[in-house]
Amino acid sequence: MIYERPRFLPGGDGALYVEFGNAIDPELNRRVRQCQLAIQKAGPPWLVETVPTYRSLLVYYRPLRASPSEVRSQLEALACDAESGRVPQPAVTDIPVAYGGEYGPDLGFVARHNGLPRDEVVRLHSDRAYLIYMLGFIPGFAYLGGMSSRIATPRLATPRAKIPAGSVGIAGDQTGIYPTESPGGWRLIGRTPLQLFHPLKEPPALLRMGDYVRFVPVTAQEFTDIQEQVEQGAYLAKKTSLRPEGQVGDI
Amino acid sequence: MEIFEVVQPGFLTTVQDGGRHGYQQYGVPVSGAMDSYALIVANLLLTNEEGAACLEVTLLGPRLRVLADTAVAVTGADLSPALNEDPLPMWQAVEVHAGDTVSFGHPVSGCRSYLAVAGGIDVPEVMGSRSTYIRSRLGGLGGRALLAGDRLHGGPVFAKTPRRRLPPRYIPQCQAHKELRVVLGPQDDYFTEHGIRTFLESEYSLSVQADRMGFRMEGPPIEHKSGADIVSDGIPPGAVQVPGDGLPIILLADRQTTGGYAKIATVCTVDLPGLAQAETGRIVRFTEVTQQEAYRLRREYEHTLDDLRQCLGQDS
Repeated sequence: MIYERPRFLPGGDGALYVEFGNAIDPELNRRVRQCQLAIQKAGPPWLVETVPTYRSLLVYYRPLRASPSEVRSQLEALACDAESGRVPQPAVTDIPVAYGGEYGPDLGFVARHNGLPRDEVVRLHSDRAYLIYMLGFIPGFAYLGGMSSRIATPRLATPRAKIPAGSVGIAGDQTGIYPTESPGGWRLIGRTPLQLFHPLKEPPALLRMGDYVRFVPVTAQEFTDIQEQVEQGAYLAKKTSLRPEGQVGDI
Repeated sequence: MEIFEVVQPGFLTTVQDGGRHGYQQYGVPVSGAMDSYALIVANLLLTNEEGAACLEVTLLGPRLRVLADTAVAVTGADLSPALNEDPLPMWQAVEVHAGDTVSFGHPVSGCRSYLAVAGGIDVPEVMGSRSTYIRSRLGGLGGRALLAGDRLHGGPVFAKTPRRRLPPRYIPQCQAHKELRVVLGPQDDYFTEHGIRTFLESEYSLSVQADRMGFRMEGPPIEHKSGADIVSDGIPPGAVQVPGDGLPIILLADRQTTGGYAKIATVCTVDLPGLAQAETGRIVRFTEVTQQEAYRLRREYEHTLDDLRQCLGQDS
């Protein structure tokens, strides 16, 4: 549900939520993104940072620079402004993925679980652009929306202790990429050689809330080639713009 | 300049500063000192920048060999700090010399002590901060807690460090009973009236599941209207989330940036440094204040810090 007017909710004495609704919904998410862009553009002196999520923007402020009511009234103006304002066309980042084998040990399970051949799982996973609703959970992790329900698969009963960085997995009806090595229970269907999170880069995350990703199947040889380029800092992730009708096209 | 060699690392000693701000939108936690007041005071005593990197010492402290003449200040919990086996006075600048040993003994009160050094602990900045976030191996010394054999660098030291001592009125007093003032929301409407009353009228004790990410509390379960799950949103410091079991978790320095459990309230900033010092079993009570009152408390706290800056800004 998207509210008629945004709600302003307290996050203690140094943060305020601008909440636009209570759902996982692309239009709702677009409003959050608009609001974040409007605030960043306005750059009020009390602003510390903002955290965009599925349905709200958490705004951290300096209490000595403005009172909660001052912050609220300025945010109200910006949030309304954001509703009419335009956002830049979202970008679509291509994520090369080597599916199956050592890169995706659970591809066979996902196929059997859904009664599909393996290459059909790969096709269904890589034939669309996924909206990045938000980053969170661990640094650089993107919450993606729009996976086909035909490849939905429950999590592992016992999580793995160690999952390599770049692993692409499925958990229920969600898909995602592990930005760094970590434990986890997602069904792993492939791996990307791209670095989703790099603490010394600015910004440190490859992906951005409100943009899209598309998975592009690559061979093991291509995976190794790209990995080498990434390590040498010579690889530039391919970005295209999302056409209004939802088609992906070159910029 | 090398200033310390770690002889024994202690239970959990990490480099922490004022926190990593501006990167939560990429999923990076803020981290930083759990007791931010103690960090600021330790730095001011040495005329450091107030958010400079210190060692956060947890319960059982390290044993450090001093490698160069400098000055240190220990604030926060009383974990029996010592200089060459003699008690090291807390809440003041203390000169140390090459060959000295700084160590900690048994915990007397509180959990987290801050050891600042003139010029600050020098480790590379990562995303604008020197704080350690162990879960993602970010910042600090190799993204981890100190280990025996580590050598720590300090910033440039001035020829003479002013002798500074904190006026006793600024030293926080430990209370047996902790009152945590809270602002209700953002999801107080996820709880029944009975649930809100339980939260505000019961005593909760700090469980053993308490770390830099958050403190899990034990006590009467808080009743939800219909489930604990929300569509994920951001998590400010001091947020009190209540998962399905009804037991509150207070989220602190290393909290995740976003989460999917209903948050009943947020603890006021001014009460967080004291909470950071609470031991297992410590009883707390949550008291409701309005957002206006919380704002007044926050301003009062900021003004206390201003007084402190003034007071320590002059040679004493």
